[in-house]
Amino acid sequence: MSNLIASTAPKARQLTHEEIHDIEHEKTHYPYAQAVGLEALKIVQKYQGWVSDESLLAVAEYLKLPPDELEGVATFFNMIFRRPVGKHVILLCDSVACWMLGCDNLKAHISSKLGIDYGQTTADNQFTLIPVPCLGDCDKAPTMMVGDKTYRNLTPARIDAILAECKAHG
Amino acid sequence: MTLTNKPLTKNIEIGRAPFNFAQYQAAGGYQSVARALTYKPRDLMKLVQDSGLGGRGGAGFNTGLKWSFIPEPDGGPRYLVVNADEMEPGTFKDRLLMEHDPHLLIEGMITASIALQATMAYIFLRGEYKEAEHALLQAIKEAYAAGVLGKNIQGSTFSLDMALHTSAGRYICGEETALINALEGKRANPRFKPPFPQVSGLWGRPTLVNNVETICNIPGIVTNGVEWFKGLGINGQFGTRISGVSGRVKKPGCWEMPVGTTFRTLFEDYAGGMQDGYQLKAFLPGGGSTDFLMPEHLDLPMIPGDVAKAGSRLGTSLIMVLDDKTCPVGCIHNLIKFFAHESCGWCTPCRDGLPWSEHMLVKLENGEGSLKDIEILKEMCGYMAPGNTFCALAPGAAEPLQSGLKYFHDEFVEHVNHGCKYKQH
Repeated sequence: MSNLIASTAPKARQLTHEEIHDIEHEKTHYPYAQAVGLEALKIVQKYQGWVSDESLLAVAEYLKLPPDELEGVATFFNMIFRRPVGKHVILLCDSVACWMLGCDNLKAHISSKLGIDYGQTTADNQFTLIPVPCLGDCDKAPTMMVGDKTYRNLTPARIDAILAECKAHG
Repeated sequence: MTLTNKPLTKNIEIGRAPFNFAQYQAAGGYQSVARALTYKPRDLMKLVQDSGLGGRGGAGFNTGLKWSFIPEPDGGPRYLVVNADEMEPGTFKDRLLMEHDPHLLIEGMITASIALQATMAYIFLRGEYKEAEHALLQAIKEAYAAGVLGKNIQGSTFSLDMALHTSAGRYICGEETALINALEGKRANPRFKPPFPQVSGLWGRPTLVNNVETICNIPGIVTNGVEWFKGLGINGQFGTRISGVSGRVKKPGCWEMPVGTTFRTLFEDYAGGMQDGYQLKAFLPGGGSTDFLMPEHLDLPMIPGDVAKAGSRLGTSLIMVLDDKTCPVGCIHNLIKFFAHESCGWCTPCRDGLPWSEHMLVKLENGEGSLKDIEILKEMCGYMAPGNTFCALAPGAAEPLQSGLKYFHDEFVEHVNHGCKYKQH
């Protein structure tokens, strides 16, 4: 019986050299390994796209942190993805300034164009759509991020161009 | 530093890369570091206290006074943490400062650290601010290379290290004790106060948490003195601050202006008034967690006390205008949805009260609400009032709700009888 459990439970994977290198760099800034937990999850996400159970266990093992505690941190922060996401994550601001300037219409536009609702990923794994709280660009509302880039003064036509650009550059 | 009335934004030119170390220094930068090193730390704190500088993160507490609560050094580590987790809805000023003049923040942090005798300084940056992340990392690197960071700064006995921490969302991280937990690698629940962070903060050590714009004021004050700083303000106020406008105005944006400027000057002269075809219905004076003010309040100076007398808070002093074609109930619903989502879940009034309030606002917007719901919403504001919660999140969330219920009572009732008459643009 115990063998059966052991065979199905997720196991820590091996961290890559790049991941270890980046985590070690972050460790130089803090007196305790726990402080690096979130940054380490972000590093894993940068390279893997998301944080799988195997990645989470690997980080916990590497930093000698209780996995449950690290999971508590991982699920607390909305920018840590504990499920697979598409190549391009669209973070559409839905806070008050963007709402006043019509972000609900933009959400409907993106949803119908890509055939996905909030929290979903396109079948070709290109795009995931997620709402994000105020992006701090309210004078240029409505706004969104795709990956690391912020786009401002959005219109449906501009969104079409941005999505086409993302797709073209794969 | 040449005397100018825009000490916070004088180096900022949108569209050009921020000044590098040499350019920033040539423009008068980093003078405050050498000057601060000639002071006794307590005298430096006193100088900042005398300048009357108030925190620019929203609470407005006297910065020098906040600093003065730090105990004398005991040889162990001491921390300065800059709160760059800008996420108050409608607030976009710290982004401007960090993306366009990162060395101003770093100079301010070094000078503040000299006053506080800090050994390590962190910037707690919200994860979405990628442009700021790049600008700050580059500037920190340059500052180390130039010898204003690291061991024995400018030949003195003072040493300081600095690091950038990038976060990963959650509004609650802007609460200073939740921020400290996040920086320690824990879930960002707020901590009980006392002890205050000045005494027992990051890893139980003396810690000061200050907002980006607050720290950006320090170089000017230390370089040019208290009298200079006092001369920058109007209507009996000191210094400058960044105020701005979002919503359906002709020229949304943010600008540095004398502390004490009126809402009307900001709204009409800087932002150009409402767009054609729209009327000003109300405004949130300083972020999503402030009470609505009405057009008759426009002539108030942006001074915490004056705004408090009118029943609101100055907050971040970035105003959001509500126009006559946008549903006030929908606007409040959007704000409450944000706060419900961002509640850390630690205490009941916030964790349960906000989603319940949201639920009733949805009902009202869908024309399924009752007059009893309006009464319950009013009651909820009482349950979420200061003193009933662990931190300021729920009391802040209740502010637009309670003032909205007061000013737009008729519209709430109309939602009960006829549903929402506004159409989303």
